[in-house]
Amino acid sequence: MSAIDIAAAVRTGNRSAVDVLDEHLNRIDERESEIHAFNLVLAEEARVQAEAIDAKVAAGEDPGPLAGVPVALKDNMCTRGIPTTCSSKILEGWIPPYDATVVTRLADAGAVFVGKTNLDEFAMGSSTENSAFGATHNPLDITRVPGGSSGGSAASVAAGFAALGIGSDTGGSVRQPAAFCGVVGMKPTYGAVSRYGLIAFASSLDQIGPFAADVADAATLFDVIAGHDPLDTTSIVDFIPSATASLDLGVEGLRVGVVQELSGGVGSVQGISPDVIARTRVAVEALAAAGAVVDEVSVPSAPLGLSAYYLVAPAEASSNLARYDGVRFGLRVDADTTGEMNTATRTAGFGEEVKRRIMLGTYALSAGYYDAFYGKALKVRTMMLDDFASVYQKFDVLITPTAPTTAFPLGERSADPMTMYVNDVCTIPSNLVGHPGISVPFGVGDDGLPVGVQVLAPATHDAQTFRVGAVLEAAAKEEVTS
Amino acid sequence: MSERITRDEVVHVARLARLRLTDTEIDRFTEQLGDVLNHAADVESLDVGDVSPTSHPLPLVNVVRLDQLVESLDRSELLAQAPFAEAGQFRVPPVLGEEP
Repeated sequence: MSAIDIAAAVRTGNRSAVDVLDEHLNRIDERESEIHAFNLVLAEEARVQAEAIDAKVAAGEDPGPLAGVPVALKDNMCTRGIPTTCSSKILEGWIPPYDATVVTRLADAGAVFVGKTNLDEFAMGSSTENSAFGATHNPLDITRVPGGSSGGSAASVAAGFAALGIGSDTGGSVRQPAAFCGVVGMKPTYGAVSRYGLIAFASSLDQIGPFAADVADAATLFDVIAGHDPLDTTSIVDFIPSATASLDLGVEGLRVGVVQELSGGVGSVQGISPDVIARTRVAVEALAAAGAVVDEVSVPSAPLGLSAYYLVAPAEASSNLARYDGVRFGLRVDADTTGEMNTATRTAGFGEEVKRRIMLGTYALSAGYYDAFYGKALKVRTMMLDDFASVYQKFDVLITPTAPTTAFPLGERSADPMTMYVNDVCTIPSNLVGHPGISVPFGVGDDGLPVGVQVLAPATHDAQTFRVGAVLEAAAKEEVTS
Repeated sequence: MSERITRDEVVHVARLARLRLTDTEIDRFTEQLGDVLNHAADVESLDVGDVSPTSHPLPLVNVVRLDQLVESLDRSELLAQAPFAEAGQFRVPPVLGEEP
């Protein structure tokens, strides 16, 4: 049952929110032990929320647009009174004293939180293997990764543990796991969704985004969580979400560009699987058949995104994560002096990937290397902004694969950071420039696992990604039934 | 493959980042950070000329509000999350007399 259908049934009293919750908790009982999507299942808290929704319906009050819809929340968003771990030992025992704005908005909309989902520690990773609490497994094939870093939320939606999921996307952490788990995932324009209460990884790149089983549900969730928030100084003041209103517009006359550097075309980055490229081509043909005007397009700076990202994101992370010093929250390992205590706490509390990125960022920002690495990476961001601005003179949206491959086996890439980082090559550019992007499932690869196709649009044109995504989704369905 | 980052540099960076690494970790990070920096040679070697840097995707502006009292988070609730608090303050081990 879709989130839209659940909300409609609960709002009209045809189904109780408690009944909906029980159905999802039952699925969690059945499969969570083999998937490990959650750091914490909130069975009791969710029941209190669901009962409150049912009471509102009974009293004739408006229970909200997401009434009774079970939502899985990535465990890097603050929930008042409920532990928030970032899948890190360093936040051990910490209980946030406030709610993230997305949490407040979802609760006000009548959503029911079924649990806090697993992630790569501090959202640093592409497989959800870098969690201090163990890896999440892909519900479609438990020997494979679910993608990451929002792997727990993606897996929750794919396994039917929740109708909707919330993730955060710094370099592809919503879109790539969506592609791997065969669900829809979207990264909004930077500033479209409030980051208040999202624990920072790389502040100029982080955005919260929706997961859902289909495009219409994702659009509904987007419209609830997006919009201005005075508590986030980077929140866009006049952003009015309009995703659901754009779903039926079709693509007649829409100008669609296929980014050749990220789709196996001229000058393409290496490593994109032939089956993924083939599926992307079929998706583009489907858009053309639906009336879109399709052409190849070059974004010359796109291949530089990977290197720029792995300098900028660690640099910002090294600064953001300086706050974990054993003084104000979470873990403290005692020592004779404050300096020794800081070092002992951070050494014990951070996992290996987080240490690696802090080291990389500290190096990129250090005297003698700042200009060569961090400074250059910031100039690449300008080049990418200019390239996209010029491409969007001629095109309304752009198409690429979401990830170079389908879901890979657990353990396959965890020993070699660089092979893991390459996963993000198609998703990273939109983070560096702050543009929106959606991943929509579009058939399967040679291994039978889902392939995601990505739709990119200019800043604040988030609705366009849902509009094109809806057409792709319909084409994929038609392909299966015909 | 030329050595992009030396073992000594890794030790120095770890000290700046307040991390203590084992010898095995130093070896591993030296190699792995070297791999990433080798990949980043495409950015490092770029002739960017007079391109201006972009540190943020949005034009950032100061956000101000009226100077009015509003409800804020409760101090005792915040301090309750600290590993060690006393008399309304965070408590830490001695700071003075340490090496900088």
